[in-house]
Amino acid sequence: MANKRVLRVMVAKPGLDGHDRGARIIARAFRDAGFEVIYTGLHQSPEEIVEAAIQEDVDMIGLSSLAGAHNYLFPRTVELLREKGGDDIVVCGGGIFPDNDISELKASGIKEVFTPGTPLTEIIEWVQENVKPRGG
Amino acid sequence: MTSVAEKVKAGDVRTVARLIRDIDDGMPGVKKTLKELYPYTGRAHVIGITGSPGVGKSTLVDQMINHLRKKGKTVGTLAIDPTSPFSGGAILGDRVRMQRHAMDQGVYIRSMATRGHFGGLTHSTRSAIDVLDAMGKDYIIVETVGVGQDEVDVVKAAHTTIIVLVPGMGDDIQAIKAGILEIGDIFVINKSEREGTDKTLSDIRAMIEMDPDKYAKGKWKPPILKTEAVFDKGVSEFLEEIDKHWEYLKESCDGKALRKTRKKVRDELAELIKNRFIKDILNNLIKSKEFDKAVDSILNGTIDPYTACDNVMLPILGTRKK
Amino acid sequence: MTLTFNRKMFDDIKRGEIKWSKKLEKVLNSRPERLDRFSTVSDQEIKRIYTPADIKEHDYMKEIGFPGEYPFTRGVQPSMYRGRLWTMRMFAGLGSAHDTNKRFHLLVKEGQTGLSTAFDMPTLMGYDSDSPRARGECGKCGVAIDTLKDMEDLFDGLSIDKITTSMTINPPAPVIWAMYIAMAENRGIDRKRLGGTIQNDMLKEFIAQKTFMCPPRPSVRLITDTVEFGAKDIPRWNAISISGYHIREAGSTAVQELAFTLADGIAYTEAAIGRGLDVDDFAPRFSFFFNSHLDFFEEVAKFRAARRMWSKIMKDRFKAKDPRSWWMRFHTQTAGCSLTAQQPYNNVVRTTLQALAAVMGGTQSLHTNSLDEVLAIPTEEAATIALRTQQIIAEESGVANTIDPLGGSYFVESLTNRMENEAFEIIHKIDDMGGMLNAIENSYPQLAIADAAYLYQKQVDKTEKTVVGVNKYVLEEENPIEVLEIDKELENLQIEKTNRVKNERDDSRVKDALEKVGEACSSNQNTMEAILDAVKSYATLQEVCDVFREVFGEYRDPGIY
Repeated sequence: MANKRVLRVMVAKPGLDGHDRGARIIARAFRDAGFEVIYTGLHQSPEEIVEAAIQEDVDMIGLSSLAGAHNYLFPRTVELLREKGGDDIVVCGGGIFPDNDISELKASGIKEVFTPGTPLTEIIEWVQENVKPRGG
Repeated sequence: MTSVAEKVKAGDVRTVARLIRDIDDGMPGVKKTLKELYPYTGRAHVIGITGSPGVGKSTLVDQMINHLRKKGKTVGTLAIDPTSPFSGGAILGDRVRMQRHAMDQGVYIRSMATRGHFGGLTHSTRSAIDVLDAMGKDYIIVETVGVGQDEVDVVKAAHTTIIVLVPGMGDDIQAIKAGILEIGDIFVINKSEREGTDKTLSDIRAMIEMDPDKYAKGKWKPPILKTEAVFDKGVSEFLEEIDKHWEYLKESCDGKALRKTRKKVRDELAELIKNRFIKDILNNLIKSKEFDKAVDSILNGTIDPYTACDNVMLPILGTRKK
Repeated sequence: MTLTFNRKMFDDIKRGEIKWSKKLEKVLNSRPERLDRFSTVSDQEIKRIYTPADIKEHDYMKEIGFPGEYPFTRGVQPSMYRGRLWTMRMFAGLGSAHDTNKRFHLLVKEGQTGLSTAFDMPTLMGYDSDSPRARGECGKCGVAIDTLKDMEDLFDGLSIDKITTSMTINPPAPVIWAMYIAMAENRGIDRKRLGGTIQNDMLKEFIAQKTFMCPPRPSVRLITDTVEFGAKDIPRWNAISISGYHIREAGSTAVQELAFTLADGIAYTEAAIGRGLDVDDFAPRFSFFFNSHLDFFEEVAKFRAARRMWSKIMKDRFKAKDPRSWWMRFHTQTAGCSLTAQQPYNNVVRTTLQALAAVMGGTQSLHTNSLDEVLAIPTEEAATIALRTQQIIAEESGVANTIDPLGGSYFVESLTNRMENEAFEIIHKIDDMGGMLNAIENSYPQLAIADAAYLYQKQVDKTEKTVVGVNKYVLEEENPIEVLEIDKELENLQIEKTNRVKNERDDSRVKDALEKVGEACSSNQNTMEAILDAVKSYATLQEVCDVFREVFGEYRDPGIY
């Protein structure tokens, strides 16, 4: 019963892509970094992800996608968060993205994207620096 | 009334989610809100679900939600997973199995981590139940950690406690009967398509029958049900028993609000005092100079730990210590 | 039985080794080895040197033998690549059926000898392009197929009576296969003449790739329907391709890939026998699909062990009598997960080494990944380089001149034995759990893979394992390469096309046909003829799959950690 914030993050798999190797690895890495991790499971729509994120009061959503549908799914998630008053929730993405897509994703409100080969420690440090648990 | 309490009463999901977070994180402002919400609690039927890992608790809860929604009832769920003692982090995975209800406004699901709390719940579970109750949920389902520790706290928090087992747990039943079997209001043998269901059923029955109290006249006799949660079999029968238990409870306290039974109030108050004691007294004590001095004295051999304990406690226990 | 080497020889080797060790000790004192522990990419520890002593228990005729003969360690055909090279089968699929058809024609023109189809995510999951679940996914990682019309366009102008076609499709496999058969029959080609493969391996989906629709048990039932139908009606078709590829991509070790794949094979065999089929009626048409990863010798040993293990399983466990039931024929794809977005041209080199391992391991067909596959669907240029890689191995390198050139290597034989033993241990563990279906329901393979994947990632992070261009030899600045983009308009065009088909078809015929599918699913009868009839009426993929979902229920990610 410590009076302190614990970072809560959601790891989500939007769309039909089932490749969850990365999502599972990052979920474990977040746990080992001391975060509370809520995993949505596979095949989630942006609507389902946003609803869950709000119910769980997370500080960040990490979207994982490896099947090319990120250009629709990621911006849609950000848009829905805004509609639901959850625009303080940081959204970042992990997966395979061509360079052109990365700038478009960032312009749509995805705060950072992590491509294959990014060390886990680098991702965790980024989260610790850029995602702050909400104030009391 | 503060706007937070108003919004909780109005069922605002974002406010509820944030308030539960504040309770979980021990934020100082929450006490005021909880005080305001207290008069609006006591309506919901609180169901606790406990059992070993892998028995299918989350899947069963998912099906319960499904059935209750079909009957037009609203549901709040608190799903508790263990915090890693090494990192302080946790993977809260129960939600995955209930996530199909994410878009349903009549369902609120919240994952919680134990954060070092023992007994199967989190320190905040009881207050979180109150929040969901004040929010207007008809049923509140609490899924305990399920890591095999003595998860008996759920009895104090829930009206109806469900023990979930799977076939072929013969030896395990022997091992756990001391703690767990006594607290069950309803027993569920999930995955009952598997071999050994009848044996498990008769084992549990034998164990219940050993307890004469359970056979006293007018007392609730825990039913034992078979379910196959994955295939949605046996779940509606299970829910009927839950409702019967609720009726039994209401009759047994003459229609008064269940929350106001002497035992419930005692438990609740004791729990609050305990938490407060740890938070405000113990935590301050171990930060105090006297505490450090006592440790030094034990280390340099001038005092034994028992005497040191008495000395440190003296200012608190004061005159009552004779 | 005679040992491969005689007693005196072992004594000589022992003396030689003692002498060498002393010399080595001095060398190590002044110049220690590069690493404390040498291990494969799967973290199997590898010794400094292997000698005949490492395989002294080995009985050549029993464990290695000759190609085309039990236990097939050296290959399934007697003459292997001296007779006919492996089939160069490049996986392709992008955008619309028309776009993919164009790519097929290009690959055939460039010398490819078999077709292989990649479908987009909605098709793989049994959704039509207009489903809300399909938003943003149409044609993105393969071709979109909604109706028989798309299948007709996909194979337009291709001689499907001569060339074999592989289709990477799982939950909706019976429907896609039915569309292919219907397309051929509409062209006047007898179904008995059709050759090819549908992947149709659901167990590995639950374990690794996670493209699923119905729960495991009904999924296996639908697969058994196709196996039975294939055995009777389409004798040249492989109704299932039991796949380790995706298990490995999900992060398993090589031994896990081996063990889980063969355990899946055992489960399918048991299911077909349970249907009342004789093992020799269907087992010869089982095909396999493996990954070829970076660790060269580990991969070669894996392929050799796989053939030997399967022949033992078939002969000893299932008492198969037809030698064709004992042989394991397999397709190989180089490891997509080993490619890097950084310095992408290095991927050509990686793929070459992996392709070489697959050839040394005796594969029957091969897909080589394109250098840009880590970023998007390959461009025409990248796909051609990947095909050329196979052609260079086949026709310039000389490795196909003799059969199983690494057979007899102390190291490779010893590693083959070790991987076989370890994989059999895992298979026995799965047997003890009551078989693969139970193991999957208890998340055993899923968790084992997740553990292995996390371990590997941490090794890479700590640079215990090198990934060139990623954790070593990193470039500060990299020039982006050109990648293929899928037309954003495709989704709307595809939806319009499907709507046109729906408007032109006879709806009452569709309704009747779908009802028949439902009846077949609810009864014990084989579903394939009813599905064929439904697709011929131009029922959409999703309409048929919705019947499956309705009757069998939907499977959801159990999300066990």
